Amino acid sequence: MNKTVERIAPFLFGVLALGLWQGAVWGLQVPNYVLPGPVAIVQAYAGDYAVLNSALVSTLTVTLAALAASAALGVLLALAMAASTLVRAAIQPWAVILQVTPVVAIAPLIIIWVNQPFMALVVCATVVAFFPVLSNTAAGLAATPADLLDLFRLNGATRLQTLFLLRLPAALPYFLAGLRISGTLALVGAVVAEFVAGSGGFASGLAFRILEAGYRLEIPRMFAALMLLAFAGVAIYTALGLLSHLMLRRRDN
Amino acid sequence: MMNLSRVSKKFLNGTVALEDITTTIGGGEFVALLGPSGCGKSTLLRLMAGLEAPSSGEIAWADGPPKPGEIGFVFQDATLMPWASAEKNVLLPLKLRGYTGAAAKAQVAAALLQVGLQDFAGAKPSALSGGMRMRVSIARALVSEPKLLLMDEPFAALDEFTRHKLQEDLRALQLRDGKTVVFVTHSIYEAAFLASRILVMSPRPGRIAANIASTVADGPDRRTAPDYTALVKEITGVLRAAMAA
Repeated sequence: MNKTVERIAPFLFGVLALGLWQGAVWGLQVPNYVLPGPVAIVQAYAGDYAVLNSALVSTLTVTLAALAASAALGVLLALAMAASTLVRAAIQPWAVILQVTPVVAIAPLIIIWVNQPFMALVVCATVVAFFPVLSNTAAGLAATPADLLDLFRLNGATRLQTLFLLRLPAALPYFLAGLRISGTLALVGAVVAEFVAGSGGFASGLAFRILEAGYRLEIPRMFAALMLLAFAGVAIYTALGLLSHLMLRRRDN
Repeated sequence: MMNLSRVSKKFLNGTVALEDITTTIGGGEFVALLGPSGCGKSTLLRLMAGLEAPSSGEIAWADGPPKPGEIGFVFQDATLMPWASAEKNVLLPLKLRGYTGAAAKAQVAAALLQVGLQDFAGAKPSALSGGMRMRVSIARALVSEPKLLLMDEPFAALDEFTRHKLQEDLRALQLRDGKTVVFVTHSIYEAAFLASRILVMSPRPGRIAANIASTVADGPDRRTAPDYTALVKEITGVLRAAMAA
């Protein structure tokens, strides 16, 4: 009983908040260009769903490409760092510098340097997103149980055997946790890059539609695009969480 | 089988873990290394395994240094790979040396049978109890038919009933196969029950305080035999003197 209530609580709260919002907009007669109510937002989406949906697809394409690139780059760098302390010492500070530099500041440069617009957006989003995969996978590789490493040594395991039969499987849960964080960051990175690229971007993503709606004072449409972004973020986070849960449960049970 | 002469181990931070350890491990012996925490008994076991090198002194093997798989090691925790079934965990030592064929599978089945887990070959560690996980760990150490079995407080984390059962099974297994075992423990009762010889160690730095041979007869009454009680008493006295020194 309690469990069910807990499960539907977020939805109830959402409906309540939306109701209050709509009520306030109607009651206080707030104009649409200042704050549209949920009804106006849904109407704006219904009137323009083809354009907005294709914008969503475009942004998601960049996000997923950046997530794949982040996974590959993060794992490769983590492996290199695990293989040699020299490589670790050389790479680690630069990875941190890249991580703490706001992508808004370097996105214009990347967009100038990378000629192909789609690639430019993917590179920006990857810069934002790869760090959690890298740091988590590196932590996972370093956290391989010492006793199992000893056991491999006693049985004359080669480095490759230790990597594929022990270190990588032991790091999998860490990698998946990192991937989940990287997923939402990739979306953030894609949106930031689209903002910076503006109309020069690849096709026209949601961020471009938000900018466009803002310039035209089509505030309900702007909110509709924003709503799609929020849904996309939740969907990515949930899907990666589910993927991790299913993979680990299948493997360890 | 193995000769340790004046073996010492000093760690990089200056701690002397072991000093002047001289002893011989004979083939077929069941030796217990008994002592309080921090007496270097686990370090001594790691030196025997070749996982660490002594700072001075020598460890000599009667028939040459052991090849991969010739030493079976059981840790305090079962240390199984959680993603692999019992069978695959036990196969590991063979797989690492390139044996995965039918003969290897038969060896795995035999090792699981030895520890009574023949019906749990496909079970993942998460589905096994603590005692069963430890049995898998022992099967993994036995599967390569090692000439020396090293065990580092393997039963310390188990409940009393499970521990007694595993002690009895291990003792029976060793009697039957004549396997050479070195067993680290901090339990006087465990050492007295299992071992044919007990090396009592004193702490800081770790030294051998006494070398006691057991004369306790095997049988169902081993745990209550007067010889066993006398042995426990003798070890307790030696340990007390070693701690006071």
